[in-house]
Amino acid sequence: MLKTFPVGGIHPPDEKLTAKTAVKYLPIPETVTIPVSQHIGSPAETIVNKGDYVKTGQVIATSKGFVSSNIHSSVSGKINKIDTVVDTTGYKQTAVIIDVEGDEWIETIDRSDDLVTEIKLSAEEITKRCLESGIVGMGGATFPSHVKLTIPSGKKCELLIINGVECEPFLTSDHRLMLEKGDQILVGISILMKALKVEKAIIGIENNKIDAIEHLTELATKFKGITIQALKVKYPQGGEKQLIKALINREVPSGHLPLDVGVVVHNVGTAYAVYEAVQKNKPLFERVVTITGKSVAQPGNYFVRIGTSIKKLIEAAGGMPDDTGKIISGGPMMGKAVSNIDVPVVKGTSGIILFPSGESERSELSPCVRCGKCISVCCLNLEPYLLMTLSEKGLFERAEEEKITDCLECGSCSYTCPAYRPILDYIRLGKSQVIKIARERNMKSNAAK
Amino acid sequence: MSSTLPITIISLSLLAFVSAVILYFVAQKFKVFEDPRIDEIQAVLPAANCGGCGFAGCRNFAEALVGANTLEGLSCPVGGSEVMGLVAKMLGKEAPLVDPLVAVLLCNGTPEFRPHTSIYDGASDCRISNNLYMGETDCSYGCLGNGDCVRACIFDAMYMDNLTELPVIIDDKCVACGACVRACPRNIIELRKKAKKDRKIYVACSNCDKGAPARRACKVACIACNKCVKVCEFGAIVIENNLAYIDAQKCTFCRKCVTECPTNSIIELNFPPRKPKAEVEVEVETNKR
Repeated sequence: MLKTFPVGGIHPPDEKLTAKTAVKYLPIPETVTIPVSQHIGSPAETIVNKGDYVKTGQVIATSKGFVSSNIHSSVSGKINKIDTVVDTTGYKQTAVIIDVEGDEWIETIDRSDDLVTEIKLSAEEITKRCLESGIVGMGGATFPSHVKLTIPSGKKCELLIINGVECEPFLTSDHRLMLEKGDQILVGISILMKALKVEKAIIGIENNKIDAIEHLTELATKFKGITIQALKVKYPQGGEKQLIKALINREVPSGHLPLDVGVVVHNVGTAYAVYEAVQKNKPLFERVVTITGKSVAQPGNYFVRIGTSIKKLIEAAGGMPDDTGKIISGGPMMGKAVSNIDVPVVKGTSGIILFPSGESERSELSPCVRCGKCISVCCLNLEPYLLMTLSEKGLFERAEEEKITDCLECGSCSYTCPAYRPILDYIRLGKSQVIKIARERNMKSNAAK
Repeated sequence: MSSTLPITIISLSLLAFVSAVILYFVAQKFKVFEDPRIDEIQAVLPAANCGGCGFAGCRNFAEALVGANTLEGLSCPVGGSEVMGLVAKMLGKEAPLVDPLVAVLLCNGTPEFRPHTSIYDGASDCRISNNLYMGETDCSYGCLGNGDCVRACIFDAMYMDNLTELPVIIDDKCVACGACVRACPRNIIELRKKAKKDRKIYVACSNCDKGAPARRACKVACIACNKCVKVCEFGAIVIENNLAYIDAQKCTFCRKCVTECPTNSIIELNFPPRKPKAEVEVEVETNKR
């Protein structure tokens, strides 16, 4: 029996149309738009000006505060302007727009293809290199990785878990990365193990990627302490709490982090980016993006330079199908619909999915009948119908008591609801209000002290 | 049977008498003194319990009024100056000077002026769509049209106009309690001083983008060109963050700014039509040229 997390979960169709398509390099566009906030935490601050010439890999914005990240240019060329543009957040934010000239990289990057297995940097140097290279969680959450590698005093990490699950339908960027850059990923994992001072790492991969499981299992024999564990296919297994429970049967308590059970979780894409940053001195300025959809002519996976507009990806896939109703950045469960195709690819863009109009619209909603299906699929033991109603009526204190902030927004409840209630919409509203209320309460009590 | 009846009557009566005495003394000991005026004031308040006064219901407001040194700054928007005058008389204090207010939506982005660039398919709630993205248009400041304000109004003073996709405020019913102001996640509803005959002049825009992107998103956006500021002889208009704002206290309703505005962003309502001059077109209330 394959392992999985015990409570809740759903089985949306896989739709991994691009699982067998090798990753190609998307040609460098004529202009890139690089937002200064592509991560959780404070937006980076620009250190360049209009008219400056920058090289590929050069720092163009520096992190502000501890939870933040550096931003690097993904191309060489002249800075056209620093302006506010609409990005995948749906709002305008500051971005650096560069007119591309050639592809001149900064001299410090090692552009050779050979595998570098010896890890020369110390644990502290590795963490520092992750900060300097702008490494953030590549699963889509974009949490700055150097923060996860900094273990606060009093806590101990015993195990590194690598998330190779990719439970969202349609997305295959992690899958292809595991098949094509397996050695580099395993070196990257060893680097992370050194930084965290742990002897063991487990890579969790869902059973719909048997080729990746077999490939990595074979390669891992050359590396100390790394094992591969196949998992039963269930959404949202990629959520870190679900993954930890599935792999080692430890439960992260409500309001706590994986480190409180001795674990740190990183995505395979992050491990690959760490390899490039530490062994090749290459900062994060490109990533694998899946472009897919049932009506798309040539769905595929591409290495894309950050800042490329998704228009270019759609063109490479054969153009926008006539029946396109919705364009999603990320997966269909937790991704976000974009309102125009000029938005740029950023560090967290795992895929672009074009949905035909027959499948894009929400169905007509009817009242909640308390059937309880949302409760049965919730992987965190929450009561989604209750959280939805409390948020709708503005009863945020009660919502906080019912642990609304535990919700990882996986969307299983909305997916399952037979009345098509917008459950997740209201829970997100409730979460944002509860977080605001809690922050004000903390500020008041701090001020009172 | 007959011997127990008098005993029953006597013992129960004694019990009742003793309980009454105990209760009397306990009631005296734990008596809460309440100013009788609080009840009297509460009786003249409208009993809407809407919170427009800033207090938790009419009783709470009555307590605050009785305990206050001066009535300055305290007012009931539902009862207005009539109720406040009565309260002032009852408390022997001076009635506060209260401007009658009315809610005004600082946006005129109808689908004709502000075209849709996407379709919102989520829950019909402005707070949710505001958290999600800019909205169905390219203006990230304007009305989202999902009716949070209409739902918040307990005086039936608002409804959503399906053609303009904007909320409409019924002047006669609006008591300026402020519920819609608080409900709007974009903070684009304002309580403005009511002029005679319900006349209003205001900049119907909340867009803080620079002129060019604002105008691209909406034909009647304020582009902060400063023409209104220059033409106003009373210094009532201020431009801040690329947006003009008319101070209702200083405005004399001369309407010069309305004709001056090149994008028709400034709205005049409930005025008589202007006398036609030689070349100037007649100004119509609907803000169309």
